[in-house]
Amino acid sequence: MTGTETAPRHEKVSARHTFRLTRPAVSGVVRVRQLVVCGTLAVAAFLAFCWTMSVGEITIPFADVLRAVAGSGDSGTLLVVQEFRMPRALVGVLVGAAFGLSGAILQTMTRNPLASPDMIGITQGAGTAVVAGTVLGWGSGLGTQTLGILGALATALLIQALSWRRGSTGYRIILIGVGVSWICTSATDFLLARGRELEAQAALGWLFGNLNGRTWDQVQTLAWAMVVLVPVALLLSRWSRTLQLGDEVATALGTPVQPARVALLLTAVGLVAFGTAAGGPIAFVALAAPQIAQRLTRSAWPPLVASALTGALIVVLSDLAAREVLPDTELPVGVVTGVLGAPFLLWLLIRVNRAGSGG
Amino acid sequence: MSGHRRGLRPLALVLALGGTLLLLCLLSLMFGSRDIPPGQVFSTLLGDAPDARVDDIVWAARVPRTLLALATGAALGLSGALMQALTRNPLADPGILGVSAGASFAIVLAASVLGITSPSTSIWFAFAGALLATVAVYLLGGSGRAGMTPVKLALAGVAMTGLLSSLTSAMVLTHPEALNRFRFWSAGSLAGDSGDTLGQVLPFLVFGTVFALLCTPSLNSLALGDDMAAALGRRVGLVRLAGVAAITLLTGTAVSLIGPVVFLGLAVPHIARVCAQRAGIGPDHRWLLPLSAVLAPCLLLIADIAGRLVARPIEVQAGVLVAFIGGPFFIALVRRHRFAEV
Repeated sequence: MTGTETAPRHEKVSARHTFRLTRPAVSGVVRVRQLVVCGTLAVAAFLAFCWTMSVGEITIPFADVLRAVAGSGDSGTLLVVQEFRMPRALVGVLVGAAFGLSGAILQTMTRNPLASPDMIGITQGAGTAVVAGTVLGWGSGLGTQTLGILGALATALLIQALSWRRGSTGYRIILIGVGVSWICTSATDFLLARGRELEAQAALGWLFGNLNGRTWDQVQTLAWAMVVLVPVALLLSRWSRTLQLGDEVATALGTPVQPARVALLLTAVGLVAFGTAAGGPIAFVALAAPQIAQRLTRSAWPPLVASALTGALIVVLSDLAAREVLPDTELPVGVVTGVLGAPFLLWLLIRVNRAGSGG
Repeated sequence: MSGHRRGLRPLALVLALGGTLLLLCLLSLMFGSRDIPPGQVFSTLLGDAPDARVDDIVWAARVPRTLLALATGAALGLSGALMQALTRNPLADPGILGVSAGASFAIVLAASVLGITSPSTSIWFAFAGALLATVAVYLLGGSGRAGMTPVKLALAGVAMTGLLSSLTSAMVLTHPEALNRFRFWSAGSLAGDSGDTLGQVLPFLVFGTVFALLCTPSLNSLALGDDMAAALGRRVGLVRLAGVAAITLLTGTAVSLIGPVVFLGLAVPHIARVCAQRAGIGPDHRWLLPLSAVLAPCLLLIADIAGRLVARPIEVQAGVLVAFIGGPFFIALVRRHRFAEV
């Protein structure tokens, strides 16, 4: 796949305005559409975040939720919102943002819209580590969270090491990732079939991605990881965009290609690792969110901030649906993300087609 | 290198691969819960079995199983090579058009809503599901003024796969009986088919192969891009339609028979590309497709034989072992060679 294909064929550049200030000497481009889309997504994500906290066994009015988020209100509402519902909702927002962001980085870096952490094996590595921990009892003292992080990081290092041969290429990283991902999936299947029923079931519940029973501890770990990794991702975005033009062009533009690729891969993996550890391998978000965001903003590459916001919105809404759609059972969130995200992506594909602005 | 020698190397490659495949077929007839020496296998095949038990094992269990591996392996290899050529994406496996997701969904739907769990009936549901999903993806990917592009086709397929597999998981989680049928099918096993079902679906495989061969000559120009292919006089839309039809028939049949063993369809074309490169042919699709169709059954047979031997008397499903054996091999290949991008 070549970079020109990921870019829209029909040049319909979104409205943008350049500005130049003399004091301080700053110039730049303001992409109006991106700003509007990001703003809308942020508002929508916040509304979804509040909505998911107002629905439950006892319904809390929207206004009370807002007040409780701000820290006021009666003690009962405060307890329910802040202690029970907020950790879950926050994990949803953060996990979605982490997945969306890492998907955007990987898709830009490898120049392939099909590249996502679930495609190149990082998620599967985390899954295998957790299932091995649950079924075989290896390092079970560490808990699923640490096991997931270790598994994802180990897989990423393995992929990077295996694809390193006088430098790596995006193409080789993807192909080796696919190989690793299938080995991990097989290992997981094998372990699940070998394990005792109860353990297999527990592992399976985690494998679908689940936000049930999250605590502030998990929010804290994830939040700290995001505080470090999100700025890094934004700083690296300049490199990922030049890498999208191909290694030769990127080198000519002054990008240190190999270090840039390692740094980008590590950032994306870090985001996925911590996200997976907190919410399980929630399917489809990392793949779909960047593509949806790219079509919403009509940009030529998956935009980072919009991808993160889209991911957060998808996960929070999916979690809400997972809890409320079936009267007695609570579905894992990973089951719903596909049902919600896929039709939206399909609709965008059709609508963008009809507008004639290509794929 | 002289032109004469270059002409011989592809021939040597074909002979070597054919020999390997025959050898693997023999091994597949020999090994199992009871090993049969090669001499007895030959005499049984010629109609002179040493005893009734050997006759039964060879003809009723191992021959159908080997034929199944040959047919489904070839189908998956062929459709994988075709898929990567049509989407121009090295990550495209034949399942990416929603084929395996459609089949899984139909099997689970049949088991949970209609209570159909017998393999011979649910195969038809799987086939119908695969067909419907692919047609939907094709229509969605091709809608709009800009027409079909490889990226749109792949994305529509991925979205459809996401949708259907989510629905499948939701049903599996709420219906235990569906989970059992699904688990058995999705592990990807070659055991348990007496050859009748393969006979019934054989016409689909034949049609699929014919479609694949029909569009093969155009694939080389399609690799240059749609515009270039059109300029060279290829009818791009027609080629793509024939290709998608072939992929649907071949993958749909293979997947409903042996489960979603799509790794085969992804990895084998890459292996075939390396082989072709070594033989001095280059990425010529007229060679790549047949090569994939021979290499894939080899890999599937190896996985199946290994599955019978590693944990005797229990069998490990071929679907699990294909990735275990094929994965490291694939990685080694990727590392060793400079891949020509698709």
